[in-house]
Amino acid sequence: MHELSIVMSIVEMVEEEAKQRGVQVEAVHLRLGALSGVVKEALLSCYEMVCEDTLLRGSRLIIEDVPVVIFCPTCRAQRPIDSIQLFCCPECGTPCAEIVQGKELEVVALEVQECAPNPV
Amino acid sequence: MRTEPRLIEVRKNVLKQNDLTARALRDRFRAAGVFVVSLVSSPGSGKTAFLEKTLTLLRPKFRVAALVGDLATENDAVRLARSQAPVRQITTGTLCHLEAAMVQNALEGWDVNELDFLFIENVGNLVCPSSYDLGEDLRLVLISVTEGEDKPLKYPTIFNSADVAIVTKTDLAEAVEFNWETAFKNIQAVRPGMQVFKLSAKSGDGMQDFLRFLEKRLTELRQTSTV
Repeated sequence: MHELSIVMSIVEMVEEEAKQRGVQVEAVHLRLGALSGVVKEALLSCYEMVCEDTLLRGSRLIIEDVPVVIFCPTCRAQRPIDSIQLFCCPECGTPCAEIVQGKELEVVALEVQECAPNPV
Repeated sequence: MRTEPRLIEVRKNVLKQNDLTARALRDRFRAAGVFVVSLVSSPGSGKTAFLEKTLTLLRPKFRVAALVGDLATENDAVRLARSQAPVRQITTGTLCHLEAAMVQNALEGWDVNELDFLFIENVGNLVCPSSYDLGEDLRLVLISVTEGEDKPLKYPTIFNSADVAIVTKTDLAEAVEFNWETAFKNIQAVRPGMQVFKLSAKSGDGMQDFLRFLEKRLTELRQTSTV
């Protein structure tokens, strides 16, 4: 279980970004590859706890699942695969070792409100 | 008054710090001409026995050293030290995997220029280590015959992050009715083209093939880095 430390890195990174831009973060958009080695549910379950006592308190974590895409040398094309238990071209069945996409673990966008200079 | 939130694009790799540290380590290893091998597997699959044997067999001919990660004990370092090679324990506390910065810290005071091979034994875990680059040249994933043939299908991500698979404890294969063809097929399903070695650290069977492979990789590394 390394998701807690990953969420802590995300929160720290986004807090820094929010401070620099002077914004209040409402949501964090994360792209998560099926081969990232990180479990979505575990990220979500500790997000709220990690956000307590930070600038991100009350914000949401929105995770986009990124499927694995391989390059098929026979079809000479990129193809998404259905299961990470079988790295074969879904069209022609050729075993494919070249991974084009699926290892992502990246913050891609933030939903923000401008910070009010004088809260009333 | 609340307004609609504004969407701002950022593009930040969450593990960027680890990747940067790993890259710095890799550059340092390259410059020193040391070939770095990491080992991942589930607990009890025989990483330490395999590494002890490897260190013992390589030592007459090569300068070898090892770092070994463990949650709490130093037992593995004590076992590996029997090979007479320099060994350092990285005690991770509650952390279930090694990170590049831990490797960097553990190397403090060691001159990697004085080495031919450096081995890094990860914490026994088939999940978390897959996300962390340690700056190694070669990542080995071990499965013992006693674990069953379907380990690759259960943990495809770690097999996909590794370069070579090692099937250990082959001296027990018959007793546990290990099916080699099925295991090989499963490894190839999750990592097409993956090279696989079968060996027993206890009997020494298959060790020589693996050591020849390591020697070849060291020679290749030094040829490419001197070009």
